[in-house]
Amino acid sequence: MSIPAAAWGFVAPALAVIGVFFLLPVVAGLGLSLTDFDIYALADFANLRFVGIENYVRLLQAPLFWQALGNTLYFVVVGVPLSIAVSLGAALLLHSRLARFKPFFRTALFAPVVATIVAVAVIWRYLFHTRYGMVNHALGAIGVDPVDWLGDPHWAMPTIILLAVWKNFGYNMVIFMAGLQAIPGELYEAARIDGASWWRELVHITLPMLGPTLLMVGILTTAGYFQLFAEPYVMTQGGPLRSTVSVLYFMYEEGFKWWNFGAASAVALLLFGLVFAVTWLLLRLSGRGASA
Amino acid sequence: MTPRLATVFVNGSLIGLTAVTLFPLLWMLSVSFMPAGAASALPPPLFPETPTLANYRELFVHAGMVRWLMNSLLLAGAVTACSLAFNTMAGYAFAKLKFAGRERLFRMLIGALVIPGQVAMMPLFLLLKHLGLVNTYGGVIVPAMAGIFGVYLVRQYARTIPDELLEAARMDGAGEFRIFLTVVVPLLRPVLASLAVFTFLACWNDFMWPLIVLTDNELQTLPVALASLSREHVQDSELMMAGSVITVLPVLVLFLALQKYYIEGLLLGSVKG
Repeated sequence: MSIPAAAWGFVAPALAVIGVFFLLPVVAGLGLSLTDFDIYALADFANLRFVGIENYVRLLQAPLFWQALGNTLYFVVVGVPLSIAVSLGAALLLHSRLARFKPFFRTALFAPVVATIVAVAVIWRYLFHTRYGMVNHALGAIGVDPVDWLGDPHWAMPTIILLAVWKNFGYNMVIFMAGLQAIPGELYEAARIDGASWWRELVHITLPMLGPTLLMVGILTTAGYFQLFAEPYVMTQGGPLRSTVSVLYFMYEEGFKWWNFGAASAVALLLFGLVFAVTWLLLRLSGRGASA
Repeated sequence: MTPRLATVFVNGSLIGLTAVTLFPLLWMLSVSFMPAGAASALPPPLFPETPTLANYRELFVHAGMVRWLMNSLLLAGAVTACSLAFNTMAGYAFAKLKFAGRERLFRMLIGALVIPGQVAMMPLFLLLKHLGLVNTYGGVIVPAMAGIFGVYLVRQYARTIPDELLEAARMDGAGEFRIFLTVVVPLLRPVLASLAVFTFLACWNDFMWPLIVLTDNELQTLPVALASLSREHVQDSELMMAGSVITVLPVLVLFLALQKYYIEGLLLGSVKG
């Protein structure tokens, strides 16, 4: 058998799976978003109608969709910088020559990343319990009144953000550590000879050298945070007062609770478009920053 | 800052951060051994006064935890085995076997990486329903039998295999599949270990798709079952913590045992090549 023939044999199974169960549905999703596919069409495809961009128009007029979008943006805009800051701080601490027991600390700080999100959300719900939770107890010790974390529309999203930061910072921490190790040591030696302070080293050497890593981490984290779903599903069921309904949660309800697959597909595509636009924006802004 | 003070600061911060990171997990473990109602007390108890296995007994004997545990093991195992085979073959071919249109095809796949899974979810559900796979194990396994990220990861690593090795094997008259099995797979072992841990953990922890496609209580995975249990048992903190322990412990142990591969895979996959 020739090499090209063998090669096609090697790639065929994976391509078939990816093509049939991913790429084909993606294209179909585009088509589905232009139909009024609902529970009647689910029973009989004859009930399907082409409606053009009606789903999109209706979504953009739906206050609930805008609320879901606003909640998700809140989660992304506060959660992503906070996550990256904690990741970077932890990576700097672990990278320091002064740090002891590095393998232990690294493993411990990474543990939440592999923990199942549903289980973690269940733990968090107990931890932030208004009456019996450890968080309110600790706050009480320093004289802060109990906060109704998951029952107050103002506090539910911040609680979910804290959970996300706690759960995810280890991932980017490991990436930052690899980035820090790649910075040539001579740069720091030169700075030390010049008597540069720790802070000046951070601002003038470490952060600029980490630039590409920061950009990549920023883009991947942003894209990931737009996918918020399990946390509100388990902790708040979108409440209170729908203050934690994310776009994906909205899509799930639209699609798999009410079986409006046309509208749900439109939600999925709008979210995709938004993530794509934000990624493009980040790339552009960083490009300008680098050339300036 | 004096060096001594700096050392105290760095290590003190690390200890504090680690304490905050581990506390929820440790408290979960502790509360899971408390008798029903003991955790709803003031001040919140740190340790069980009278440790008991009653919550675990309740979950395994009455709630059907054994079944969910088996479902999770079976699904994660099947997906890992299958996708490992398909992704490895494809990744190797993309890296080392020349064929017309290879680069273009690979670039297309990489381009498709940016498309989030939910765009495909509704049509995929209809497709699987048509195939009779909704509410069966196949509904989770079949769409996950190969993945772009896995192909990419294997390709990155396989590119380091020297061509001379493959040529030498061809000179000896070995067929391509034989070369793959006897020469390539042994060389790929580290990346295969990474991919296996990655896939297993991702599949075990996955929530949204199993929630959608497995509606039978009997077929559910641990995270899905835990989520619905926690909606029923809002006040039973001790029981829920035991359920969380059972869900999290297998993946934490697996990670601790194979973290070298996990971290290496993470870095290989995130450094764009």
